[in-house]
Amino acid sequence: MEISVLLFASWSDALGPSVTVQVPAVATVRDVLEAVLARAGGRALPKPLVAVNHRYARSETPVRAGDEVALIPPVAGG
Amino acid sequence: MRTAIVEHTLDSAALLAEVSNMASGASTLFVGTVRCVNEGKDVTGIDYSAYGPMAESELAMIAGEAAARFGTSRIAVEHRVGTLTLGEASIVIAVSHARRAAAMDAQRFLIEEIKQRVPIWKREHYADGSREWIDPTVCVAASGAA
Repeated sequence: MEISVLLFASWSDALGPSVTVQVPAVATVRDVLEAVLARAGGRALPKPLVAVNHRYARSETPVRAGDEVALIPPVAGG
Repeated sequence: MRTAIVEHTLDSAALLAEVSNMASGASTLFVGTVRCVNEGKDVTGIDYSAYGPMAESELAMIAGEAAARFGTSRIAVEHRVGTLTLGEASIVIAVSHARRAAAMDAQRFLIEEIKQRVPIWKREHYADGSREWIDPTVCVAASGAA
């Protein structure tokens, strides 16, 4: 299935505000992250966390069609 | 309890007034501002950007945790996004509690959790014209200031 992934900060500068990746029909956050990392090639970008539907997710969290998935590079608010 | 991501200039006095009441023996106000030097470079301004919907929900969740943990719902937090110049406030946190220790502990908890969890990013502008996204996992700030 196709998953659209939102990008921010340095990731957005490098790859645009979102990328669409292909992952297996039964997929996890790990699958999505690997697909986006492959798209980044050798670029030096900070290691991101992943959010699914506005909540931080673990590697093994399932990702389903229609989920809002986002890469969260190291945050710097405050 | 109120939290918000906003694009306008922050009014710290308004947030303090919002949380204070007769039952509160202590009110604290934290104001994070844009400082002129970071990592030895002259900073001229900062762009703050957020993943809006998640930043709003994470901020509200942190305030809820603080309320439960420290026993007060008299909490107001605003984080500003957009381009800020030197000295402008990026975040204001106001907390009221019957007791000062709990008010101060709640405020410290709020700012530390916000810095760790809320999806907001900052890009510093430097005097030489360059710009850089700040990665707190790499840069070790001199004093741990806001």
